Amino acid sequence: MCGIAGIIHRDGTGDIGTEMTRMLQSMKHRGPDSSGFALYGPPSDLLVMRIKLADPNEKRDFGWSERLERHRDEIEHRLAKIGAMVDKIRGDQEYAYRVTFRYTGDLKPLADYIEDVPGCEVLSLGHSLEIVKDLSDAQSVSQRYQLEGFTGTHAIGHVRMATESDVDISGAHPYWAYPFSDIAVVHNGQLTNYHMWRRRLERMGHRFQSECDSEIIAVYLAQKMDDGMSLETAMKQSLDELDGVFTYLVVTGDSLGVAKDEMAAKPLVLYESPELVALASEEVAIRAVIGREIDTYDPYEREVLVWNR
Amino acid sequence: MKISYDARGLAEPDAQPPMVATIDGGAAAFDAAELTTRQINLELRRLIYDEGIQDVTVLNPGAKHSIAVGILARCSITIEGSLGYFGCGLIDGPEIRITGRVGWSAAENMMSGVLLIDKNAGSLTGAALRGGDVVVRGDVGARSGIDQKGGTIIVGGNAGTMTGFMLQRGRQIICGNVGGGLGDSMYDGAIYVGGKVTSLGVDCVEAELADADNEFLARKLGIYGIEPPGAFRKFVCGRKLWNYDNLEPAERKLVL
Repeated sequence: MCGIAGIIHRDGTGDIGTEMTRMLQSMKHRGPDSSGFALYGPPSDLLVMRIKLADPNEKRDFGWSERLERHRDEIEHRLAKIGAMVDKIRGDQEYAYRVTFRYTGDLKPLADYIEDVPGCEVLSLGHSLEIVKDLSDAQSVSQRYQLEGFTGTHAIGHVRMATESDVDISGAHPYWAYPFSDIAVVHNGQLTNYHMWRRRLERMGHRFQSECDSEIIAVYLAQKMDDGMSLETAMKQSLDELDGVFTYLVVTGDSLGVAKDEMAAKPLVLYESPELVALASEEVAIRAVIGREIDTYDPYEREVLVWNR
Repeated sequence: MKISYDARGLAEPDAQPPMVATIDGGAAAFDAAELTTRQINLELRRLIYDEGIQDVTVLNPGAKHSIAVGILARCSITIEGSLGYFGCGLIDGPEIRITGRVGWSAAENMMSGVLLIDKNAGSLTGAALRGGDVVVRGDVGARSGIDQKGGTIIVGGNAGTMTGFMLQRGRQIICGNVGGGLGDSMYDGAIYVGGKVTSLGVDCVEAELADADNEFLARKLGIYGIEPPGAFRKFVCGRKLWNYDNLEPAERKLVL
């Protein structure tokens, strides 16, 4: 089933950490396996990277903590070696870190080099985007990663009921469009031409960490944008090029978009006001952040909508 | 073996009606903001079945799911606000008015009565509808009246893709535009469309509008005060897929 949610403040900022937590928690019944957040804080000169070094549900031997400690040091060492000036490293969990650093080179060699450390996965990388995802419901993940009070401009989130791949952090949404900075996707549905697109994108040099079909949407869109296409045009093309049922949300540094497949098989409720746009699989999620009585509508089949800041 | 857990699998196994309604003669009202789905439905049942009240108002439903389902009595219910998914399903008899919108699958398997929705409705509105009128003044999503077996669905605005998919009996009146695949695989019944039709589904054909159709449209829209668009077009089953008796010889032998 899965539940997706998005919010964008048209101007100004909001406590998107709390807002997204409330939205996702109200849809806990749609997917209790894992919860994920893609949050856009104020853009900075520094790059911010979220990484995980292990999965919380993997078997822990006696050397587990020590090994993670060693891998963390190795990442710091490698960042320095590739020419990045590390600003801060913060461990939210034993296995999950937030690293800020100064770096002007290409992102792909850096991300590849970091992911080469055993067990490491780069969850997000950009000047503003931060992806936090872990097992269990949104409230617990939010508490563990201290997301309440996270101020920013826009965010998307996902609660997952795993159907096609494992219950672990790699299978959790949102997906960062590795290695394109500041682009992420959440998806509710199934893609039936996933393997074809995965092979096609792999031939172009992209890496995929999970067996989850949603992972390709982010890279698919980011690659098209990198080729010079606008987000909206890329999304419109996806309606013809991606098979299956989907409602997906995509975020970039300054925009939030939604696309629905031609059968309108997956739900989405939309609320628009002069201050903000909020969308979710269920209206209860929107009402969790907007106290007053509101009017909402459902986008139709093959609809592509993009809001820019 | 003694069962030590609640075998009914209910999230609130022993919920009681919250008894919060204010009853004033034959009418009652209660605020649903702080109540769970189960408490709201228990309170509705208490008022309608136990207290015999025929006029109930529910305030602040907050887009919760599965509200006012399975009400099997003649009564009038007003819901001040919006419902989530599966609202007013399996009802037989009541007249329900919702001043906001509803999510997916409203009035699923409704048997009789009236459901009036002042704003929009999600997909699958009136799925497997058996009787009564479902009136949506705003727009509806995709697949309205999928597997409909009776009754009437009236939409003041637009409808999405696959409207009337597998329609078996009953009628739909869509005043606005409809999406692609209208009436796909319909068996019988009729769909009236006032606006543009994106495309017809498999075995759905246009039919002549007879006097009886015009009388029906004017009467139904008149009851609910919906302004009719310029002209309606009527769509029915082309009966190309009616192959019920065409068994293969081997199959025939097996059956007979």
